[in-house]
Amino acid sequence: MITIHHLTFRYGPRATPVFQDFDWHVAPGEAWSIIGPSGCGKTTLLTLIAGLRRATAGTIHVGDTLIRRPRPETGLILQDYGLLPWATVWDNVALGLRVRRFYGPDGKHAPRAESPPSRQDARQRVEHWLRRLNIYPQRHKFPGAISGGQRQRTAIARTLALQPDLLLMDEPFSSLDAPTREDLQNLVLSLQAEMDLTSVIVTHAIEEAAILGRRILVLRDPPNTAPVIVPNPGAGLPGYRATPEFLAQCNELRHLLGLTI
Amino acid sequence: MSDKTFTPPSAPLPVNGEGESGATRTPPLHLMERGPGGEALYLILARVGNIVLALVIFVICWIGLAAYLDREIMPYPWEVLPVFVTEMQGDLWDHTVTSAGRVLKAIGVAVLLATPTGMGLGQIRVLNRIFSPLIGLVHPIPKIVFLPVILVILGVGEASKVFLIALILFFQILVVVRDEAASLRPELIQSVRSLGAGRRALFRYVYLPASLPAVLTALRVSVGTAIAVLFIAEQYSTRQGLGYYIVTLTWQRLRYERMYAGILAMSLLGLALYVVVDVLERIVGRWRRAGEF
Repeated sequence: MITIHHLTFRYGPRATPVFQDFDWHVAPGEAWSIIGPSGCGKTTLLTLIAGLRRATAGTIHVGDTLIRRPRPETGLILQDYGLLPWATVWDNVALGLRVRRFYGPDGKHAPRAESPPSRQDARQRVEHWLRRLNIYPQRHKFPGAISGGQRQRTAIARTLALQPDLLLMDEPFSSLDAPTREDLQNLVLSLQAEMDLTSVIVTHAIEEAAILGRRILVLRDPPNTAPVIVPNPGAGLPGYRATPEFLAQCNELRHLLGLTI
Repeated sequence: MSDKTFTPPSAPLPVNGEGESGATRTPPLHLMERGPGGEALYLILARVGNIVLALVIFVICWIGLAAYLDREIMPYPWEVLPVFVTEMQGDLWDHTVTSAGRVLKAIGVAVLLATPTGMGLGQIRVLNRIFSPLIGLVHPIPKIVFLPVILVILGVGEASKVFLIALILFFQILVVVRDEAASLRPELIQSVRSLGAGRRALFRYVYLPASLPAVLTALRVSVGTAIAVLFIAEQYSTRQGLGYYIVTLTWQRLRYERMYAGILAMSLLGLALYVVVDVLERIVGRWRRAGEF
């Protein structure tokens, strides 16, 4: 799904490269977490894959596409939701579909294969995702009038309404309280199970990385040259949070991040 | 004996005026008991009441001033009002329509030019760095000083007046829209871009709705200045408009009642524009009252 080949990225001509000659591969259907200390480049990597930043050298392919700009089949979810404050929950969820209708299937802003959804079709898809994410009763409210968890649900619904094959998440639940965060983590697990979705979630929370990623990419202080990959096959199994394997996994991650237990 | 003279009153005295302010803030009981509808009705009645009160105070001040001055230049309201009504059925209406048309045309031109320019300056940092000092330099100049130049270049017709007002509105809108567009969070832009939006869709779905309230705020603030400038501009080489009516047709011919009819018309024009912009701003900015986001 994602193939990163000899990636080098630096923020300025004299800055230390965040990535140097970095290779990474994600197979279709995998669920990955990326973890590392702040400043290690995890968000940078995600924005590079999302096509919001250009690599200094090397290539990034998602599917068959060489990434130069945002790819229409990739969904992105950010920590601060990125909702339009002047639009209702419904209009926010419909935004992506409206953008697709706006351009038509040009292959650049919307998938070439898929003809843009009709008005009726778009309405059905919006309603479906509002109901699936339990925010249908809030559909007429503005983002300022709903809770943080509901805002993030709105952002997820907006992204999933476009039927992405790759879901990128940048610390999506960091600003939420613990019960809401756990609730949304379970939601992501069930979405991973029921959809044909490759997912990459960036987080600074060790537990979250172990809950959501069946494989975990550990980044350290730049420059990152070779990926450190930790398999985590238990992620997504029911009751995984309570198992000794989960605790051992978290401790291994702590060790890799240079933390004492 | 003295004890009986100081019997406490049956009702407790309000402490620090608490009782009074409490009474003015909560709606009277008989209106509250009707439920939420009754409360909305109370709010509307309170609003209408405030307007009526303001009008009454205004008219009393007017009468008081007219009585105190006791001169022809300050007629009583009841002398002006009938003249206003009859004049509005004749020439004054045409002059009002002309002036209103000039202001509306200028608003249209200014909004159409300033909004995209402001959005561009707000989002493209290089452009802002180049043009901001220039805007900072030109914005504070009172544009009315260019009236002679504009009259010579654009002629004495419609264009010169519309241009002058549009010039004033242009900078007001430009600055507010620029700041609004610059304050859009990069995360918002990034996530909308990730939905597939390119430059055109960003303008349509992000920058335009984001700057609409800003445009209206700028208009609400500057529409008064625009009408004041129109008043002056209409005194030069024109035979149409409220400025011409008030100064040349009535004041200089000592027809004071008619002059006041003109003043009334111009005031109402300003009030109407202000109210329309204010209501639009409230509708477009509904989401702002939904809470911090």
